[in-house]
Amino acid sequence: MLRTLTRRASLGAALGLLAAPQALRAQTAARLVVVGGGFGGASAARFARATYPDIQVTLVEPLTRFVTCPYGNLLLGGYRQIGDITHSYDGLRAQGVRILHDWAAAIDPAAKTVRLRGGETLAYDKLILSPGIALRYGALPGYDEAAAEVFPHAWVPGDGSQTRLLRRQLEAMPDGGVVGIAIPANPFRCPPGPYERISMIAAYLKRHKPRSKVLALDAKEAFSKQGLFQDGWKALYGPMVEWVPASSDGKVIRVDPAEKTFESEFGVRHKLAVGNVIPPQSAARIVIDSGLADQTGWAQVDPTTLASRVAPDIHIIGDANNAAPMPKSGFIANNTAKQAVASAVAALRGAAPPEAVYFNTCYSHVGEEYGISVVNIFRAGPNGFVEVPNSGGVSPRGDLPEQRRLEALYADAWYASITRDMFG
Amino acid sequence: MQPTGFLAAAVLAAALLPAPAVAAGPAPLAAQGCVGCHGPNGGGIAAGARLSGRDAGELEAILRAYRANERPGTIMPRIARGYTDAEITAVAAYFAAIR
Repeated sequence: MLRTLTRRASLGAALGLLAAPQALRAQTAARLVVVGGGFGGASAARFARATYPDIQVTLVEPLTRFVTCPYGNLLLGGYRQIGDITHSYDGLRAQGVRILHDWAAAIDPAAKTVRLRGGETLAYDKLILSPGIALRYGALPGYDEAAAEVFPHAWVPGDGSQTRLLRRQLEAMPDGGVVGIAIPANPFRCPPGPYERISMIAAYLKRHKPRSKVLALDAKEAFSKQGLFQDGWKALYGPMVEWVPASSDGKVIRVDPAEKTFESEFGVRHKLAVGNVIPPQSAARIVIDSGLADQTGWAQVDPTTLASRVAPDIHIIGDANNAAPMPKSGFIANNTAKQAVASAVAALRGAAPPEAVYFNTCYSHVGEEYGISVVNIFRAGPNGFVEVPNSGGVSPRGDLPEQRRLEALYADAWYASITRDMFG
Repeated sequence: MQPTGFLAAAVLAAALLPAPAVAAGPAPLAAQGCVGCHGPNGGGIAAGARLSGRDAGELEAILRAYRANERPGTIMPRIARGYTDAEITAVAAYFAAIR
């Protein structure tokens, strides 16, 4: 077999027959470049290779392993280890995705190129941009990168060190201490995430430090799945959880890592054993630096194709875009990735994009065996994303232990499925 | 624990076998939501029920019953209410055709 191939290759090269068509194919295969290897980017790269084998797919992602945001809160609760939420890019590589572990330094939408920090410049026919969020250090006085080593954000997992730092702090704190969580105004990544985090930290404290409490200081008045979360907190954790809305002085306006305090709007300084700051956010720097974000700091996109409103060959997916009322969730990133790739390929072939339908289910763990969810189905309307009337919604309220137990199990099925869909 | 040689042979054999799930064509985009919980190719995973290879009429009837609130469910009634007749038919046919 090998000998035959070698002989054919030599013969072909000698005659100049085999090489020519190959070169021609290489020149004409459409080039899809994907920036960012998370829920949006990995899903896009894998879907593109699986569905359109004739397309060249290059994925640019600085990290060699991906730690998921989803299920990171279960690590804080003590129900998962970092290895359980860490994924390799080997499956994508095996599928024929060219993976460059590098940073995208600059995008030139007119020339249709991406320049990498490592020096290489990639030309694309279509770009899928899924770089996620940037934390707006400085937007909350006292909170900068150095402060994040005292008050971890654990909101951009990176190599997992932030989530592990917060877990170590919880393990080290004495019983009877207060764990403060500062929660930002909308929009931010993973709307139910802070409230699942409250739950999982409370679950840990209840088992190991039962005289401690969670003080959640919120810049908002209301939040995702609020009634369900509050029912669950009351049932499982009682007075251990205190959630304070903005109108009751919940808005944190300054943090002091040296004194270990959060200061709220009306001037109260809360002394903390452990502090978790979920800071205000924007689209990742590459989106803003490339002129693809609007004055709000997020990218506007077409609701059918996810193409940038200012650069039609760049499809911006995942948490970096403003797809309201769709949430900044992993499932939406995964769904929009596929619609963006299908739309990009259709455009290259001179065809119309497929009809869009976007599906989201966000499960949250209130306890280890206590799951709740919100379901949404969205379509493309004339002026943006539109939720399908009378569809979706949150889990029913009430004393429904079997519903809660099943939803915790279904959450596990979601995690296993979606990560397989992303990474193979 | 199996001897390494056996394992290597098994891996090689698995690699040479055709893929276990083969779809007739690309998934309709509506079906892409399903694989977010029901495993690759809807083959089932953990508590996510298998969809692949089931009778198209059965799958369609179940989805329609969820949508009409005629079948109890933990989460599926909320999901089914978001989809059209045509999408339900396409999704059912797609998963039924996976062998």
